[in-house]
Amino acid sequence: MTGDGPLPIVSNADIVAVRQQVRTAAVESGFSLIDQTKVVTAASELARNALVYAGGGQVRIEVVENARRRGLRLEFHDEGPGIPDVEQALTDGWTTGSGLGLGLSGSRRLVDEFDLDSVPGKGTTVTVTKWAR
Amino acid sequence: MPVSTVPFIQEPPLTVQADAARRRIEELLRAEEELILPRWHAIAKAPADELREIYLALLSGFQEGEDLTEVRGALAELSRSRARQGHTPSDTARAVFGLKEAVYETVERDGTAEALLGFTWFSRLIDDLGLFTFESYASAREKIILDQAEQLLELSTPVVKLWDGIVAVPLVGTLDSARTQVVMEKLLQTLVDNGAEHAVIDITGVPAVDTQVAQHLLKTVFAARLMGAECVISGIRPQIAHTIVTLGIEFGDIVTKASLADALAYMLRRRGIEISQAERPRIAVRTEHR
Ligand SMILES: Nc1ncnc2c1ncn2[C@@H]1O[C@H](COP(=O)(O)OP(=O)(O)OP(=O)(O)O)[C@@H](O)[C@H]1O
Ligand SMILES: [Mg+2]
Repeated sequence: MTGDGPLPIVSNADIVAVRQQVRTAAVESGFSLIDQTKVVTAASELARNALVYAGGGQVRIEVVENARRRGLRLEFHDEGPGIPDVEQALTDGWTTGSGLGLGLSGSRRLVDEFDLDSVPGKGTTVTVTKWAR
Repeated sequence: MPVSTVPFIQEPPLTVQADAARRRIEELLRAEEELILPRWHAIAKAPADELREIYLALLSGFQEGEDLTEVRGALAELSRSRARQGHTPSDTARAVFGLKEAVYETVERDGTAEALLGFTWFSRLIDDLGLFTFESYASAREKIILDQAEQLLELSTPVVKLWDGIVAVPLVGTLDSARTQVVMEKLLQTLVDNGAEHAVIDITGVPAVDTQVAQHLLKTVFAARLMGAECVISGIRPQIAHTIVTLGIEFGDIVTKASLADALAYMLRRRGIEISQAERPRIAVRTEHR
């Protein structure tokens, strides 16, 4: 998975592919079934946001390691309109579309580290990390 | 150093020569059909009648001043039939290229300068047609795959009758929004068709439930309610339950059950049907009048 380059997110089929790749990487990194499902679900949310709000983007899937454990780092990047008010976007139930408004805030809870970097007019990068327990 | 060694004056004669060369090839194709066609058939391993059709289209195309529309049509048909039979695109293109080999044998026997010169022209023409075949093969294949995906979509979303008035949809596999949409519409339609009042949506086979899938589930349950039917969601495995709760999705007053069996038992009870387990492992069913 590492070094394979970023995966494109330009269609619904790509979101399915992202989920499958993340699942494979999570299994290979020794994630429990619950943690696999959590990281796959977060990936699904962030990939769909990139597709829906930015018209597409990409994700880099990386296996990371520190002294104690292995983990997965996912970096979603798009060059869409960006998020003007990040705090608001991260509020449960807040949506500018017709969703539940739980994708961003829910993903943050599903992973261990969550970093949202958005520049209005430029694009959005969301980097999440989940560690195997 | 001279810039070019080709004298300009040679051009008109070359064109005349080229015309004569093409005509020679056409003559050979016409005269030696009996020889070339079977040879091509042997090389190409494609149906003889389809090859003959392409061959005749090629000949009449030459007559119409190299109008190859009909040839392309015949080639596209060949691509489609071979794509359906599962031949590879290279195989299919090779079948077309095989005509060069078959014709070359005749050109060699003829041995005239026109025929040899004409063969380079003919060869280029067949290369173009071969590439065209490759492309039509690819688009034919793509169409078949799309059709199959749609059929699969239909097939993989059965709505089954569990009991009188109780239907179930077992969802299996990754749910993208197209698929979820199909499932949900089909379920609502089945409720109408069967006059069913109870439905179970079983998600045992779904690897992940994200906000989109959850939203589709919620919408279906509420739509069913508007139609006077009650839905139960079953097969929520521990990892899915954890994830749904962490995401913050609330199922409100929707009844959820761990297994399809639990959901069925619940629905039967709701319909006033009592299930009791006898001492011997046997199930007795008693229907009460409501
Ligand atoms: N990549 C992005 N680019 C631009 N705006 C975004 C992006 N991701 C999220 N947003 C904005 O943040 C809002 C909240 O996103 P979130 O994923 O939490 O909810 P949602 O997508 O609206 O609904 P849900 O994900 O629950 O179906 C979105 O409605 C959208 O306005
Ligand atoms: Mg979202």
